[in-house]
Amino acid sequence: MRAIQDLLGRRMPRRMFLLAIVAAGLALSWAIPHGNWVNKYIQMILVFIGINIILASSLNLVNGYMGEFSVGHAGFMAVGAYMSSVLTLKVFHLTGPSALFPVAILAGGLAAGLCGLLVAFPSFRTRGDYLAIVTLAFLMIVKSVIENIPYLEGASGLVGMKRLTTLPWVYFWMVLTLWTLRNFIYSTYGRGILAIREDELAADIMGVDTRRVKVLVFVVSSFFAGVAGGLYAHYLQFISPRSFDILKSTDIILMVYLGGIASLGGSILGATLYQVLMEVLRPGTFNQAFSWLPDPAFQWLSDRVFSHLDVWRMMILPLLLILVMLFRPRGIMGLRELPIFVPLRDIQERRKPGRGGEP
Amino acid sequence: MSGRLEARGVTHMFGGLRAVDDWSIVLEPGELVGLIGPNGAGKSTVFNLITGVYRATRGSIRFDGVELVGRRSNRIAACGIARTFQGIRLFKDLTVLDNVRVAHYVKMRYSLMEALFRTGRYHGAEDRVVGHSRELLEAFGLAEYAAERASSLPYGQQRRLEIARALATEPRLLLLDEPAAGMNPNEVGRMMEFISWVRREYRLTVLLIEHQMRLVMGICERIQVLDFGATIAQGTPDEIRNNQRVLEAYLGPAEEGE
Amino acid sequence: MIDLRYVLQQALNALQLGSIYALIALGYTMVYGVLTMINFAHGDVFMVGAFLFFTASVLLHLPFVPALLFAMIGTAMLGAAIERIAYKPLRSAPRVSAIITALAVGIFLESAILAVNPYPRSIPQLLPDTTWSFGGVSFSLLQVLVISLSLGLMVVLDIVVYHTRVGMAMRAISWDRTIVPLMGVPVNLIITFTFALGAGLAGAAGSMYALAYPVIDPYMGVMVGWKAFIAAVVGGIGNIRGAMIGAFLLGGVEILVAAFLPSTYRDFVAFSLLLALLVLRPHGILGKARPQKV
Repeated sequence: MRAIQDLLGRRMPRRMFLLAIVAAGLALSWAIPHGNWVNKYIQMILVFIGINIILASSLNLVNGYMGEFSVGHAGFMAVGAYMSSVLTLKVFHLTGPSALFPVAILAGGLAAGLCGLLVAFPSFRTRGDYLAIVTLAFLMIVKSVIENIPYLEGASGLVGMKRLTTLPWVYFWMVLTLWTLRNFIYSTYGRGILAIREDELAADIMGVDTRRVKVLVFVVSSFFAGVAGGLYAHYLQFISPRSFDILKSTDIILMVYLGGIASLGGSILGATLYQVLMEVLRPGTFNQAFSWLPDPAFQWLSDRVFSHLDVWRMMILPLLLILVMLFRPRGIMGLRELPIFVPLRDIQERRKPGRGGEP
Repeated sequence: MSGRLEARGVTHMFGGLRAVDDWSIVLEPGELVGLIGPNGAGKSTVFNLITGVYRATRGSIRFDGVELVGRRSNRIAACGIARTFQGIRLFKDLTVLDNVRVAHYVKMRYSLMEALFRTGRYHGAEDRVVGHSRELLEAFGLAEYAAERASSLPYGQQRRLEIARALATEPRLLLLDEPAAGMNPNEVGRMMEFISWVRREYRLTVLLIEHQMRLVMGICERIQVLDFGATIAQGTPDEIRNNQRVLEAYLGPAEEGE
Repeated sequence: MIDLRYVLQQALNALQLGSIYALIALGYTMVYGVLTMINFAHGDVFMVGAFLFFTASVLLHLPFVPALLFAMIGTAMLGAAIERIAYKPLRSAPRVSAIITALAVGIFLESAILAVNPYPRSIPQLLPDTTWSFGGVSFSLLQVLVISLSLGLMVVLDIVVYHTRVGMAMRAISWDRTIVPLMGVPVNLIITFTFALGAGLAGAAGSMYALAYPVIDPYMGVMVGWKAFIAAVVGGIGNIRGAMIGAFLLGGVEILVAAFLPSTYRDFVAFSLLLALLVLRPHGILGKARPQKV
């Protein structure tokens, strides 16, 4: 069945379209901070959303697509953060924007990827629950190692990195992450990942090299966690072992399951929802939003309700997740994907006999 | 390079339990052989030993001269052996088409880098995979279900899909584990024709486990009988039908005056 | 040159710590046995127990025993409520969803306690400073209390699980959840009871932890919870006696490491050792592999 001519005819316009969107996004990510189109506070939110997307989508690869239960993602983030920071601070001695910044970030990612290799091997023999422990142990070990190395300033934290992370850089790495993950997932390797989730034994017997696939998944996933860590470090300009503890890992897990497992769109959704809710649910925002109310009413609301938000907002996210789990156990977009990520070949599949019409 | 299976002295222990006892078999290319025996006789264990789920405690299993004992399951699949399962093990949440596509892993002709950069080689290979998968689904009468979730298929179709998936690896030896389980006489008849057709069409050697005697006697050229892990009889369907030991294994020892 | 008295002293500390871990680990293992579910909110229930004990003893000025009961009953009710509201609806959902919900419930508890109480609290001295000396080793009232109370509770649990009909029902459900209702066992009730029982024990653990290590904060349950979970897995998840063994092992290792190495190495070594143990015995010390039919 040689539908290649046909596909190519459709593929080129689609590729052009995607390229145009990506380029527009890049231009936008440069223009916004340059021209201060939105205030600094919102720019910060955008940066964190971007970093979260990298974290959530990379974790989704392991937890969502492959169906494992890893709680060590913050550990890989830490490796990347420290590696890149040490490079910019103590090796490259960067004082401002430089072409060496992406090199440092890349190095952080590679170091994290190497650690991913270490976690992959125990995954060959252990079932899901046990893997949680292995990844938790890894997290603890990373934390301990960092705390015990004077060169890394131990528990007091590493400080002094320049703010090299900018919105365009975050955008660039985010796009790279999504592109890599998408091409990985929609390939024979990727289908191997899904098969492992569905039935590992059957996958093995059907010829899937489960060991190789697991290694690839852990390495790719941790690589991008390391990248995110590096970007994070060079935005906050301060990192300590406490920034990368089990609570951080749990936050990332929350994003993944809120947005939806096995869905890149879901990770984007989860990451965005998480950050937005965290920021929006503050007294300041509500005060501004409701400032049009007549004074006594506004004053009452502000004192009785909004001022408590800071404290109650932390409860809203887990509650939201519980609600989502009750009605959509796989997450809001679980197992479903944004059409823009799905290759033509797989969309075609849904158009075949009996389906009819546009996807 | 033709699909000859030769097992010799295969013994497998689970702790102190001897699940398979000095089992041997020779399957010539193209044969359709049945493996029968009472429940717990060790038949599925034999399949698991061949496909590498368990590693035989003792003995050798050679496929076209290549030793299988000690190999990982996916390497054994790459050698040309495929199987179905007693309780169907489809990839439930994947589509029917994807179930078949997954099995093309052994035939993967491109590297991860080529997948990431979507080279021409990648697209060519992927198109072939989709094409081959669709052909298989057509041949098995499953084409209309291609985009459905595998778990939504009716039972009989699920069994066919399992076989289609197994064939995606382009095997030379096909192991069928109770393909007619839970089927009524009509369906059994159709499954008999189906298996014969598959064997002919894809030029396979087939070893099947089955409890439905009509199917076994009807299509198998040769039958081997297991009881308590050991071979108690081998021969043509007629020979087995009248074999005293076989009858005793299934029905219990003959009583006085029977 | 190892001082025997020092070793015995540390052994006492290990027993104390291990007892507390055991009470928490039991909750994990019982819930896993009955539902094959990891209740990640359990560590935070422990934390709530500590805060309830604080409320009862410091704010309400109740004496020790009523305060302890207050905490235990409070957490038992909390455990039952969580099960009914958050877990029961997810019984037929994929297992991971229930685990994630548990995680979310835990975070919710942390945030809720944080909301009403943003600062760490310290528990003032509640017990007299009595110590006894025996062969050069000193036993404090606190240690004796914690250890004997915990052991007492474990004995009670053992009796409940192995010598009562309720316990028998619990064990039956852990073997086969589908058949048991057909035998007239009120499965839902038993499951809720299991949660309540485990939570009550965690409440006791929280109270004693508050007594022994007198600073409590809303995040104290996180690390302790994960450690107790690991202890339960190391002992063989689903196995009650295994959970106890795992917990005392963990307590022992932690105290041992703290005695000989700088404190920053403590978690690292403890985790590594437990990891090694799991690699050698993937199903835990007393665990059994659930056979998979192929």
